[in-house]
Order: sequence, then structure tokens, then C-alpha cells
Amino acid sequence: MVLSGCRLSWNREYVNLLRLTATEALELMKRGEISSSEFTGAFLSQIDRHDDDVFAFLNVTGESAREEAAAIDASASGRPALAGLPTAIKDVLCTRGVTTTCASKMLENYNPIYTATCVQRMKDAGIVTLGKTNMDEFAMGSSTENSAYGPTRNPWDLERVPGGSSGGSAAAVAAGECVWALGSDTGGSIRQPAAFCGVVGLKPTYGSVSRYGLIAFASSFDQVGPITKNVRDAHLMLQFLVGKDPLDSTSVEYPVEIPPLEDRDLSGVRLGIVKELVGEGFDSGVMETFSKAVAMLEAAGAEIGEASLPHVEYALPAYYILAPAEASANLARFDGVRYGLRAGDTSGITEMYEETRRIGFGDEVKRRIMLGTHALSSGYYDAYYGQAQKVRTLMVQDFASALGQFDMLISPTAPTTAFRLGEKTGDPLTMYKSDICTIPVNLAGLPAISIPAGLSEGLPVGLQIIGKAFTAPTLLQTAYSAETAIGFGRVSPLIEGQD
Amino acid sequence: MVTHDDVIYVAKLARLKVEADDLDRYAGQLSSILSHIDKISELDLTSVEPTSHVIDLSNVFREDEPRPSVDRDEALANGPEVENGAFRVPPILES
Amino acid sequence: MEFEPVIGLEIHVELSTKSKMFCGCRVEFGGEPNTRTCPVCLAHPGALPVMNQQAIRYLARISLSLECSVPEKSIFHRKNYFYPDLPKGYQISQYDQPFAVDGQLHVMLDEKDYRVGIERVHQEEDTAKNIHGGESGRIAGSTYSLIDFNRSGTPLVEIVTRPDIHSPQVARAFLNKLKNTLQYLDVSDCNMEEGSLRCDANISMRPVGDTGLGVKTELKNMNSFKHLEKGLTQEIIRQTELLKNGEKIVQQTVHFDVTTGDISPLRSKEFAHDYRYFPEPDLVPLIATAKFVDGIRAEMPELPEARAQRYMKDLELPEYNAEVLTASRELADFFESVTEKTSASPKSVSNWAMGDLSGYLNSTGEHLATKSVFPEGSNICKLSPENFGNFVKMVDEGIIGVTSGKEVLPEMCKTGKSANKIVKAKGLTQISDQSELEAHIDEAIAGNPGQVEQYRAGKEQVIGFFVGQVMKATRGQANPKLVNELLKKKLSG
Repeated sequence: MVLSGCRLSWNREYVNLLRLTATEALELMKRGEISSSEFTGAFLSQIDRHDDDVFAFLNVTGESAREEAAAIDASASGRPALAGLPTAIKDVLCTRGVTTTCASKMLENYNPIYTATCVQRMKDAGIVTLGKTNMDEFAMGSSTENSAYGPTRNPWDLERVPGGSSGGSAAAVAAGECVWALGSDTGGSIRQPAAFCGVVGLKPTYGSVSRYGLIAFASSFDQVGPITKNVRDAHLMLQFLVGKDPLDSTSVEYPVEIPPLEDRDLSGVRLGIVKELVGEGFDSGVMETFSKAVAMLEAAGAEIGEASLPHVEYALPAYYILAPAEASANLARFDGVRYGLRAGDTSGITEMYEETRRIGFGDEVKRRIMLGTHALSSGYYDAYYGQAQKVRTLMVQDFASALGQFDMLISPTAPTTAFRLGEKTGDPLTMYKSDICTIPVNLAGLPAISIPAGLSEGLPVGLQIIGKAFTAPTLLQTAYSAETAIGFGRVSPLIEGQD
Repeated sequence: MVTHDDVIYVAKLARLKVEADDLDRYAGQLSSILSHIDKISELDLTSVEPTSHVIDLSNVFREDEPRPSVDRDEALANGPEVENGAFRVPPILES
Repeated sequence: MEFEPVIGLEIHVELSTKSKMFCGCRVEFGGEPNTRTCPVCLAHPGALPVMNQQAIRYLARISLSLECSVPEKSIFHRKNYFYPDLPKGYQISQYDQPFAVDGQLHVMLDEKDYRVGIERVHQEEDTAKNIHGGESGRIAGSTYSLIDFNRSGTPLVEIVTRPDIHSPQVARAFLNKLKNTLQYLDVSDCNMEEGSLRCDANISMRPVGDTGLGVKTELKNMNSFKHLEKGLTQEIIRQTELLKNGEKIVQQTVHFDVTTGDISPLRSKEFAHDYRYFPEPDLVPLIATAKFVDGIRAEMPELPEARAQRYMKDLELPEYNAEVLTASRELADFFESVTEKTSASPKSVSNWAMGDLSGYLNSTGEHLATKSVFPEGSNICKLSPENFGNFVKMVDEGIIGVTSGKEVLPEMCKTGKSANKIVKAKGLTQISDQSELEAHIDEAIAGNPGQVEQYRAGKEQVIGFFVGQVMKATRGQANPKLVNELLKKKLSG
């Protein structure tokens, strides 16, 4: 049997490698107390033990992970900054030579000819890639049940969903199957699964992280970000993700330094609870946990007030016009001509297109393509797309006004805790409402983070903190202080059991 | 209300084949989603500017410098059907 | 009732940038299929477009040369449709906020000036190329197609005229003038055979005197000036006949068959176009600041009219010569380098260039060695500006006779040799030796007593006959001026 723990030679202290944060592991590896190979091996063993149940990974690249780790261990000098950290990558990111499916049948055998910029930056910094994680097909969904390859399960309760669309990445971190993971967030796809899985998820300001190589769902919303065990790790990873990429016209040079985190309380920090995002329609357990967490923030010195986003009820409808509209165009390239699935035995090009896309896309993807196509089609543009773009303007203004009164805004990350598999699959609209707290942030392109607020009936609840554009330093510092004040400190039973 | 004809129209535009058996289901689901979405028509936004980009950027260019293309074998490697160095597709004009 | 045609043109110009519109793949013609592709122009998942700055500069040059106004902000849209040569399933183009609007181009035809309004000029990208397989090699009846993405993403500028054109001849003259202008701008090689300049025409008929617009049809891909003119002519005949028979014109795309001259409707797509335009989220707006526009204005190459004016003023060319020369960028550039590099008379140079040199180029299909961009595989004429200038000088100075010159010039073009060498090798130097000429003249007089009598009786034009005789005898090498003088002397003696 492979042990996930190891004894550190110099002080004989027993350390559970699966519980280490990236920052801690980096330090231990730097000091030579653990090797990347040991560390990587521990995660691969955990994957062996649990991933048949959790199904966080679509593809585990164990062999190359061991090779990468061994190479890091063998290199005598000049360790890159993230050397040896075993990382899981959402299968929405292209990885050259490693099958990238976006959890779709359409890309079952797609072998990218290039690597996404953000992944390359992490690789250049020395990470070890463990594999590609499960997700909702083309990142469309809130439960990872829309994967063409089967759902991921929540490590806290295998009968429940991990959230989505980055459910595989969040579950992998929560199950101790990687030290951290990359996710992507279009309407909450990093934060909501992070909340459901009791981990930290950060969606950076739109434009901070290159989208080159991120398989597009809704281009004006999509953003890559970290899913980690704690805020410190998110802070660490973010520094390697941000920056102008000449291959992405919408990426910018991060305008400010991201200084180290400081141990300090929340004195003088003004936090506004978004009044429209609490109360009605929210689970009482979620509200209770949220309120307790807010009380702890207040006790740590935060000034808590009530903020308002008057048009937030229009955010979800606007999002479900704009995002599917963009998606309907983004997914037009999956046509069976140059890569991906091709339906066989068709008599003409139109039949080939229609058959390929019928077989290749799942239900939710088809639904959103149809919705987006409808919203853009002749005669509907002004009423739908045009109007939704104006609602987007209102959301930008609402946030600007609320963030004029407060340093940051807070809300629960999701209205419920992780729901049961199958509970919402019958009704798309109910599923969409799972992202009611996260979607408004994407409309305005702002940065937001979800950190664990506590447990409700044994399931994690997330606290969302929303900042002004390009203020990751203050957002992360606040999240770090909040994390300390809340003192969550829990891990999923799958890690606990390996102690 | 989304009708069967609406579903057939958008499915055709989007090159998605929808089986006759599925028309009801899609029409029902799209109707339900659109009835929620129609909420935005309540707002009078005549004086509001639309937002397509949330970041204030303009004139992002690259220099006109050729960069190496990918190797042809690599370009074709993912092709479902390849012939004479090109991607082969069924006839474009159907009889 | 009499009808007049109303024609508007849509012209697509492939820009001669080094790299594609949104990626770094090279822009070239031909080559092995799919050798100039990358994730962006193959539309691999996750790949993103980044604008080529040079393309935008070329776009601005075109817009300014057509006297358009350039709004400060323009944006890109996605035009959505499925076709195997369109890898993303949408074309990045400009829609309701194009780069430039409201311009004009004046065309001279039979000494009349026609103004053609320019509605808009915008940037987009070209598609890939379909090679139709099967026996016919054409789209109809092909059993499969092969797609080559080398052309995918080549910068394409679309120029849309207002429906200001009322004859196929003006349409042709417009396209010719536009092509020449684009060549002066150094933005495209404008090769119609290779598709770097393509023209679609919208055409409708209306009763003469009406100002409204009738139902129009679209003629696609008129790939030469001749086809454009012929196609329009045919379509005008077709529409006029229909209208005179009281039938209705159906709005549709029609195909002009070059070989048969027939017009036939293209199979109407089974489905109406609904392009679902929306702003391209992967690109940011284009802001043409006054500074940018002024900068482009400052770097604008000299356009044909300005150059013709300069030739008239500085080089004292007649207006006709100046216009003919500048109607071809290639000829004008060559002419200029001849006048810069040699002391030959500009007017003589222009006459030889417009006459025998142009004739030679037309018959051989060769191009002059200038900085103009030529289609791949073009034959370049070996004539250097220096050799041409010296040749003209030798003719002007009487060293080479005009008749000999007509023999020498093609030889110079073919071999690249100087006039001097050719003249020597062929013994074509003009005979100005008096005693040699006198011998020939005496012979001619002795052999034609009848003509001598006529001359002496006062019919002086007979002298031409004698000149001809001498020329014949000297294989055209006699100095005609000297022959004339000597003849007069001898005949009156």
C-alpha cells in the first residue's frame, strides 16, 4: 500500500502530504524535506484510491507527471518558482499533445497543437501536470453533470454535485487529488464549485489572464483563475497567471504590483452585504452560515453595511442572452472539418454538419446554442441582445455605485449548498438560478473570490467577496484576513480519512 | 412562446439536427427560459448605452511580422478526413 | 418605355501585407495546400485573433484615397454562417460601424466625368479555398471538396459603391481606375486572375427619369474587366426583356457563364441568410485618432492625377502623354526612373514607352522591372531604365533611325543588352555618310526616269517614293533627313 504521508527526516514529524498547501509544499521541497516525486506520487495514489468514485479527472497523465517531478528533483540548481507543484488543469484549457475534450464528445480525440498561455506560464514556472479535470460540457452548467463522460461527485458527499462548471478542478482539490487546480469562470464556474467543495476559488478581473488556449464559451465573460486550498495559494498562483499576452487582444498588463499578504485583521475595511443577494430564495442553512461568518468578520474589525445592486434581478436574464449568443458563434467552429468528431456516411456538407453537431453536442450545449441563435436572429436582436447589452451597462453602473460606498461587496457564493445529483437536471432554469450571486460579477468583469464560510449540515458554504476592477491585492488581502477570522480549517472526508 | 417552427428555424441556422420527437421538449424548455429572460423588456433603456466590452481598451495590434506556421502534418493531424494535404469534406452543393 | 440600369459595385481587395489579418502566417499566393496555417487561421479551439496593424494602415490609405470620412471609432462584428471555407463559422468583418464612409472616385470615359459615390470601406478577412473534387472540377456535380486554409485569414478590404453607375462601360472604367489607384497605394497586387481583386455587382433597371430603385440581382465574382462589362451587359438585356414583357425581376444571385455568355440564377440557398451579426468580443474597438489619420495622409503615395500634373509641369509632357503614362503604375514608375537615371528627353521617352514598349509588353505579357508587385510567375522584361534612356537618346540624335529603333527595342527587351551593342552587332547604325548615300540615290534616280520627270514637272511629293527606294536599299539605315536633302539637290539639278 502506498502511503500518502511521509516522515520528514530531520524532525521526524509526520506530515500528511495531501493536506499541505502549495505554499507549504513549496517551502518543504525547497528545503529538500520532501521531493516533488514523493509529493506527486501521493496525489497519484489518492487519485487511484478515490477518483473512480469522485471522477474529478477525465485524463490522468501519471507517467508524464512522474517524469516531470523526477526532472525537477534531479535539477541541481535554479528551481523555478512553482517547481514541483502537482497541478490539475480544467479540460477547457488546451494542452499540446494531451487530449483536450472540454468534456464533450465533439472533442473526444482532439489533440491540441498548442498550449494555452496560462498553462504555459505555469509550466514555465515548474508545475507538474497531473491531468485534465472534468467539467460541464464546454463549461455550460453548474453541477458538472453536463459532462459527456459522466458527472463528478462532491468529495464531501458523493451523492451530491461538486458544482460547476469547474467541478472536476474543485473536487480534485477538495479530495486531495492535487495541490491546486486551474479553473475557468464565465458566470460563476470557479466560485460556485469552490463554494460547494469547501475550497477557495478566485475569478480575476476580466482581462487579467490571457484567454489564449481557453476554449471559448462566452468570450466577453470567460476568465481563468485558481482553485486552491486557501487564499495564500490563490495569491501565489495568480501572480503567475496575470499579464498581457500578445496573443489575446483583451488581455492587459496587470496594472499594480501584487504584494505579499500580511497577517492583519479587517480594521477599517468597509464591506457591503448585497441586500438583493441574501434572503428570499436562499437556503436558511446558507444564510445562517453566512451570517455567522459575517459576524466573525465584524469581530475582526470589518465595518459591515448594506449595499444595493438595484438591477441585479436583471443580471441573470441578460447573462442568458449574452453568453449563449456568444457561445452560439464560438461553437460554430465545431463542424467536423478540421478536427474533432465527424459524423460518418453523410451525403452532403449540410447533413454532415447537422449530424456531427447532433452527435457531438449534449443537450445543454444544444439548448444554449439555440437560445443564443434565437436571441441574435433577424427581428430579435434589439429586443434581446441589444437590450441585454444595456442591462450590462446598468450592472456596471450598479457595481460602480456600490463599490463607491464600500471597499468590497459580500454575499453568499450560491443560494444553496451542494445539491443532489439529478436534483436539478430536469429543469434548466432552476439550474441556472444556482449562479444568481456570481453572474452579476461577470457582467461587470470584476474580480471576486469565494472562500469557505463554514458548514451547513456538513456541507460547505461559500462567502463571496467582490472587489473593484484590478484590485486583486486588496481583494486577496481582505480574503486572507477573512479566512483567518473565520478559521474554517476543514477538509473533505476523503482527505481526513487518509490521515 | 417558442413554437416548433421557431425551434426548427434556429436549429437549421445553427446546423443542429433536432428530431421531431425532441421538438416539444426544446420548445417547452426554451419557452420557459425566454419567459424568464423577457423580464428585461420591462426596463426602458432607450437612453442607456450598450456595453460589449467591460474593459476600456482600443487599438490592440500586432506588427506585420510573419511567424512560422505549424507543420502541415500537424495542421492536418486532427483532420477527420485528409487527402492530398487538404481537409476533405462531402459535396458542398447537394443534389 | 425606356429603361436605364442602376449599378453598384462591391469590391474585395486582398491586401499585400506580409502576414495574415489576425495571425502571423505568411500572405502568399499558391503553394502546397495547408502549409501556411496555425491555430488561429484553422480556428482551433481557444485560438484568438489579433489585428495586423499594417492592414489597418493600408485600409486607411484606401479610405483616404477615396476621399472617405473616417469616423473616430469603428468596431468589428462576427458574421455568422456555415461554410467549409470559413473555419470559425463566422467571418470577422465590420458591420454598422465601418472604418470609413462617404467617399467618391471620379472616372473619365470618352471625355466625360462620372462621379461614383463610395458608401463604405471596411476591413475583413478572406476565406479558405475549396478545391472541388470529382469529374467536373466545379462545385456543381462535385462528389467532394478539399479545403486549403492557406488563404484563410488574408486581410481583405471591402469597398462598396453607391448605385451611381449607369452603364457597363462606366463600371469597367471605375474598376480600372480603382485598380490603378490601389496599385499606386502599394496595398495590393490587384491580380484579378489570382483573386486578389474581386468584384460583385448589384444591378437593377428603372424607367429613364425615375429616381427610385428597382428589384436588383447580384452578379458574383466578375473576375476580369471584360467579364464585368459583358456580364452586366447580358444582365441588362435579360432584365430589360423581362420588364418589357411585364414580368417581375426576382431578387437573387445570378451567374454569368463566361464561355456561353449566358446568365442563370445560382441555385438559391435553401435557407434565407440570417447572419446574426454581433460585436466581436475577441477584438477591441479601433480608434482612428486625428493624429493617426494625419500620419497616414502624410505617408500617402502620390496618386495618378497628382503624378500626371507633375509630369506636365516639371517634365513638360503633353497632357495626353501624362495621362496615358500614369494610367499604369508600372509604366509611370519605369518612366520616372528613366528620366532620373538618364538625360534622355522625357517627351521622347514617354512616346517610346507608350508606343513600342507598351506594345511589346502587351504582346509578351511581360512586366517592367519596377517596385510594383507582380503575380507569382510573371516574366520580367530585361530592359533597364538606363538602356532605355540611352536608346531614346540615340534615336533623337540620329544615331539610330526610327525604323531601326523599332527593331532594336524588342531585342533590348529580350536580351537586356544595350542599344549600342545590338546596333553594332546588327550593323544598324544609321548611314550618314554622304558619298555612300549618294551612290544609292544615283541608282534610284537612274532606275526611275518616269518619277524623275513627274518631280521635275512639279509633283514634289514624289520625293517620298525616292526616299523609300533609298531606305529599301539601305535596309532602313539611311539617315532620312540627309537623304531628303541630297535627293532635293540631285533632282532639281
